[in-house]
Amino acid sequence: MDRTAIQALIRTKLRDYAMYLALVLIMLVFSILTGGSFISSRNIANLLNQTGYIAVLAVGMTLIIVIRHIDLSVGFLSGFLGAVAAVLLTRFQVPVWLTIVIVLALGAVAGFITGAPVALLGIPAFVSSLAGWLIYRGALMLVTAATGTIIIPNETFNEIGNGFIPDLFASTQFLPGLHKTTLLIGIVVIGLSILAQILDRKRKLEYNFEVLPVPVDIGKAVFLTGVIAYITWILAGYNGLSWTFVIMILVVVVFDFLARKTVLGRHIFAVGGNPEAAELSGINVKKITLFVFSSMGLLSGLSGILFTARLKSASPQAGTLFELDAIAACYIGGVSAAGGIGSITGSLVGALVYMSLMNGMNLLGTDISLQYVIRGLVLVGAVIFDVVSRKRRA
Amino acid sequence: MNDSILEMRHITKRFPGVLALKNVTFSVKRGEIHCLVGENGAGKSTLMKILSGVHPRSSFEGEIIFDGKAVSFNHIQDSEAVGIGIIYQELALVPEMMVYENVMLGHEIRKGIALDVNRMIQRTEELLKLVHLDIPSTVKVRDLGIGKQQLVEIAKALSRNVKLLILDEPTAALNEADCENLLQIIRELKGQGVTCILISHKLKEVLSIADTITVLRDGETICTLDREKDAVTEQVLIKHMVGRSIDTIFPSRISSIQPEVILEVKNWNAFDPRLGRQILRDVNFHVRKGEVVGIAGLIGSGRTELARSLFGNPDRYVLWGEMVFKGKPVRFTHPSQAIRAGMAYATEDRKRNGLILIQPVKSNITLANLKAVSNQQGVLSEEQEVKIASGFVRSLGIKTPSIEQLVLNLSGGNQQKVSVAKWLFVNPELLILDEPTRGIDVGAKCEIHTIMNELVMKGMSIVLISSELPEVLGMSDRIYVMANGHITGELPAKEATQERVMELATQY
Repeated sequence: MDRTAIQALIRTKLRDYAMYLALVLIMLVFSILTGGSFISSRNIANLLNQTGYIAVLAVGMTLIIVIRHIDLSVGFLSGFLGAVAAVLLTRFQVPVWLTIVIVLALGAVAGFITGAPVALLGIPAFVSSLAGWLIYRGALMLVTAATGTIIIPNETFNEIGNGFIPDLFASTQFLPGLHKTTLLIGIVVIGLSILAQILDRKRKLEYNFEVLPVPVDIGKAVFLTGVIAYITWILAGYNGLSWTFVIMILVVVVFDFLARKTVLGRHIFAVGGNPEAAELSGINVKKITLFVFSSMGLLSGLSGILFTARLKSASPQAGTLFELDAIAACYIGGVSAAGGIGSITGSLVGALVYMSLMNGMNLLGTDISLQYVIRGLVLVGAVIFDVVSRKRRA
Repeated sequence: MNDSILEMRHITKRFPGVLALKNVTFSVKRGEIHCLVGENGAGKSTLMKILSGVHPRSSFEGEIIFDGKAVSFNHIQDSEAVGIGIIYQELALVPEMMVYENVMLGHEIRKGIALDVNRMIQRTEELLKLVHLDIPSTVKVRDLGIGKQQLVEIAKALSRNVKLLILDEPTAALNEADCENLLQIIRELKGQGVTCILISHKLKEVLSIADTITVLRDGETICTLDREKDAVTEQVLIKHMVGRSIDTIFPSRISSIQPEVILEVKNWNAFDPRLGRQILRDVNFHVRKGEVVGIAGLIGSGRTELARSLFGNPDRYVLWGEMVFKGKPVRFTHPSQAIRAGMAYATEDRKRNGLILIQPVKSNITLANLKAVSNQQGVLSEEQEVKIASGFVRSLGIKTPSIEQLVLNLSGGNQQKVSVAKWLFVNPELLILDEPTRGIDVGAKCEIHTIMNELVMKGMSIVLISSELPEVLGMSDRIYVMANGHITGELPAKEATQERVMELATQY
């Protein structure tokens, strides 16, 4: 491969990694500005927990935007489903596991209902989900009308939003003050990621695909290892991995696998890339649309559980503007507004960028009005960067 | 020489990879009806787009003299300003607006800053009288039939004091009564001093109305005929339209037709609820195993609609009639069913609805048959995909740096090969190819034709829909000709000539 080809390849890859660089940059800037309190174990743990319920929504929203739709209803849907969970737990004494199952199922059904007019009648998703936005807002108010905010006394449920995984190797002699299980998981993940990259490179070479020069690939691996190691270290220094973080990562891993490695995922991206061609290739666009909206609903339910458990209560305002945060996370994470392009991991990073901004500005005591302006600028800046760099590539 | 209203001299227009017009000269006398005829792709529409300013001055060579002055248009507004009005086949009316709003659109009459609705209505009604349209000018265009909409378009052009009116296939979508009415109005406009250029495929209509006829072929002016001086007949026109020898060599093959009929369609009809009219009428045809059946016809004759109505009917036409595939009566309600049964359809517009341009070669090739590269749980096997895709890249000679290359970066011919590869991978028994060589270079064309021959030799059946007569004649074993949603003739390849096909294709 000659020099210009390598440069071109790096340039295209750079766009994919720009978000990661932006995330690191943002974290660095805030760490300096806050005199280190941004990067403290406590704050990072807090940040990741805050990101959880938005990231989960962003995962579902990624697929929605990929198939050229939008779902505005998810914020209040998650608020409403959170309140449903609270009612089930407090008024009807439903066990926690059953509450979770019911809420997730209701979410999937709600998503299906939002998607049905879109898929079957060609109603614009904006309209269908705006109706959902209004309806679930009303439903949320109705559920919380009698009591106002519903306090959830159930410790097990609240653990989901506040608790941490237990340290199986707790010890006061060996590395005191660190969460050993978290360290172990971190080491395993680093090992797996290095192995995955080596295998990936080997396979690409086998197929005669373009690969980056060895130093670049090693640099990439070192960077990734560094990031995982650092996060692990920081989290281990506090209480270890939170349940919210674990759930968020699980959702990302499952949906990333679905999107990239399965027939269903391929069909979703085909529908987004060219719905007419997809239909003529024998893909049932209606079914795909219904599936994507249903999964969005299910994730809204999950998001509602995370949020409600975190606050240990369900309030009449829960979920306000979550949908827009999730949409912003997707766009920052490189999902194309024109459809067909996007990745689950990208949207996770997008959510992290977005929430880091909010968290950092809160630490700095930035005025809330200015915060909104900055969030807006970052959103539009990210999308402009995305569009411009894509154009240059084509 | 000053009786010319329009002189277009030495017009040459290039599109990427194609020379669309070669040194075309075209002259129109003041006050005449001048018909422009030619095959699909002869350059008629391109010439009119140059005249109306759709293609800006800088994009072609040559000069245009209108009304005695050299003109250069960069926008359609420029040509409108000097009195040239063009009416396209796809009408440019806003369906949700009222007739008078459409007629006056862009030229609204104002009183101060407000619209003077009354005067606009009054003016519109005067114009409607000119085109014999007896409707209130406050009905919505949406509520009018296509014939009346056409007349509203003409009224709109007249509102701009048009001197030269261009009509691009105005009667293609009209029934006979509407056609006759429209032609009558064009004659009357001529009486009022409006010059008309009419593009039409219907030769009878051309002969009934034209003063002068210009024939274009392959981007060149072939001749300009005066109907009073020259003896013009349909045969003469057809001869000029197609009068080229088949200079492209088609790869030969030994006939591989087997007796078994793979597809038979009887009295097949389709009604398009969106257009509100019947688009296929009593179509009968059959395809044998190992046979290449060509379907010829002009644009809009219903060939693509026929293919799509058989291939799972994605446009939701209302269908009636009989379809027998592999000996069984069937009616597919989704393309997936057609594919499963063994049918494949490579679309005419690979960019619009054939390929997923933003995805790599690899996933485009496997898209229609992902089952074959995944396990039972629906998890894709990258290894299998790579093997399959690389195999097709090699066997079809797809020129791409890698199977990970995005399809949008490939040339037209290679994109077409990717599209063919995709359908070969579903291993169909009947492959419908809709304009498989449109817009691709000669070398790639020949390669596609060779691939087609190899496929029928292996027992596959192919339906070839093509607007290129030499291709249909050179590749098919048997040819059906379509016009106006109807099969107007069936010709064995041996008896088919370009003239004979064109005659059937212009039969309405």
